Amino acid sequence: MFGFLGPNGAGKTTTVRMLTSLISPTSGSAVINNFHLGEDDQAIRRSVGILTENPGLYERLSAIKNLEIYARLYDVEDTAGQVRKYLQMLDLWGRREDPAGSFSKGMRQKLAIARALLHEPPLLFLDEPTSGLDPEAARLVRSFIEDLRDQGRTIFLCTHNLNEADRLCDRIGIFNTRLIALDTPQNLRHKIFGRKVVFHLAAVDPSWLRLIRALPGVHNVERVEDKIVVDMDQPERINPEIIRQLVGAGAEILFVGELRHSLEEIYLETMWESEERELKV
Amino acid sequence: MKHILTIIDKEWAEVFKNRMVLFTLIFLPLIFTILPLVMLFLTGQGIGDIGEMDTADIPAAFLSQCEVGMTGGECMQIYLVNEFLLLFMMMPVIIPVTIAAYSIVGEKTTHSLEPLLATPITTIELLVGKSMAAAIPAILVGWGSFGIFLLVLPLISISDAVMSYIAGPTWLLAVFVVGPLMAIAAVNLALYVSSRVNDPRTAEQIEAVLIVPILGLVFAQLAGVIVINVVLMLNFIGGMILLDIGMVYLGVSIFQRETILTHWK
Repeated sequence: MFGFLGPNGAGKTTTVRMLTSLISPTSGSAVINNFHLGEDDQAIRRSVGILTENPGLYERLSAIKNLEIYARLYDVEDTAGQVRKYLQMLDLWGRREDPAGSFSKGMRQKLAIARALLHEPPLLFLDEPTSGLDPEAARLVRSFIEDLRDQGRTIFLCTHNLNEADRLCDRIGIFNTRLIALDTPQNLRHKIFGRKVVFHLAAVDPSWLRLIRALPGVHNVERVEDKIVVDMDQPERINPEIIRQLVGAGAEILFVGELRHSLEEIYLETMWESEERELKV
Repeated sequence: MKHILTIIDKEWAEVFKNRMVLFTLIFLPLIFTILPLVMLFLTGQGIGDIGEMDTADIPAAFLSQCEVGMTGGECMQIYLVNEFLLLFMMMPVIIPVTIAAYSIVGEKTTHSLEPLLATPITTIELLVGKSMAAAIPAILVGWGSFGIFLLVLPLISISDAVMSYIAGPTWLLAVFVVGPLMAIAAVNLALYVSSRVNDPRTAEQIEAVLIVPILGLVFAQLAGVIVINVVLMLNFIGGMILLDIGMVYLGVSIFQRETILTHWK
């Protein structure tokens, strides 16, 4: 799952529209499911599913009619079977004859996701899938997206919800009219903030900081109350040595953990760095 | 073809749930069919011996329409019923304008065009589907109303001469040729107007401009400037064909994926 993050007006929706061949790029190229953008647009549209920012359902029509129309437009062979499958999967089968306009926001969003899946696309674009949903509905939608990911589908997720992206995405792209950063959340974390390990101790003797600082691979050591925060390259290699040194010096180690920066911090740091770079230019 | 049929099915399933559309589709044709029948019935009853009806009030140019052997009353009935021909010509304009206004502007307000355009449907399939969904009911209702009108005519005891005039080339051309041509122009104008407004009612009001040339025909005949006859109808058809070519060109140029997504507000 790929998380596509960026501020409002960054061009996320425009990018999704280009990649789903809804609009043509003015320059550049892209290959979607082995189809070339601008040459195989029909094939691209056939091979991707899209959840647009607004669900865009036919509100006067029933849930089942909404899906049947799209199944026919996507040339799905077993229209009735696919419609039933997704309505049941998303717990909407019981409301299948109700007009989509009578659904709650969460149900509409689920119906729109079902619509994007009817033709079993290997690649799914989701533009703000949990935007405007209450926490319970958002959790339901998120859980369904996780299921889709576990089924092996490639998901391109545009979101402002950084916790959601952190939890769901394998790779992240940070975008602000151009791609600023692209990597796994973990690698972005390490690139921007380095790796920091926190040693929680019963008490801290200032001499222990010097012991740790002397070890190779350690960049910085700080004391924060009864904790020692160590900035280092490879905790997996250095941690055992630090623990040995601390225990040898008489420290009582309560527990050890890696300091984990949130994706929000990564995102904000990346955006600031990018803005600073642009100001310098 | 499957995609076009799906769009038509979708359009009909959705717009026919709209009361305004249903009203336009059922009530207006009913009124438009009953009015000329009532007029013919009342003039037939009131005249008594319609053969003695004075034709002095009929523009001289129209009198040539009255065949040899036709009484003055019959000639007057034909003159009057011709004014109601506009109702049968207006039906294919009013109905598709209402359907298209709700179907296209409705898609804009519910943001349903984007997911629709993301499917493998081609732009031309979508355009044809939407146009046919708006035009077919209008044309069928127009033809159906005229059929009912013809069926009821013998029941109100009109003369054979008037009956054969109404079932003659002027009316048949107006209903079966001008009607569909008007519907095509109306649908394409609806596409154009709908791309620029966000309220179906506004779209309908703007599109009502298409009724102007029809009203023009009626007032021109009342003023004695023109005579509604086969020649005029053929000229009108020629003009409508040219107008339709222009309108279809306009509709196709407006109805482009990128234009819809990036410029339709």
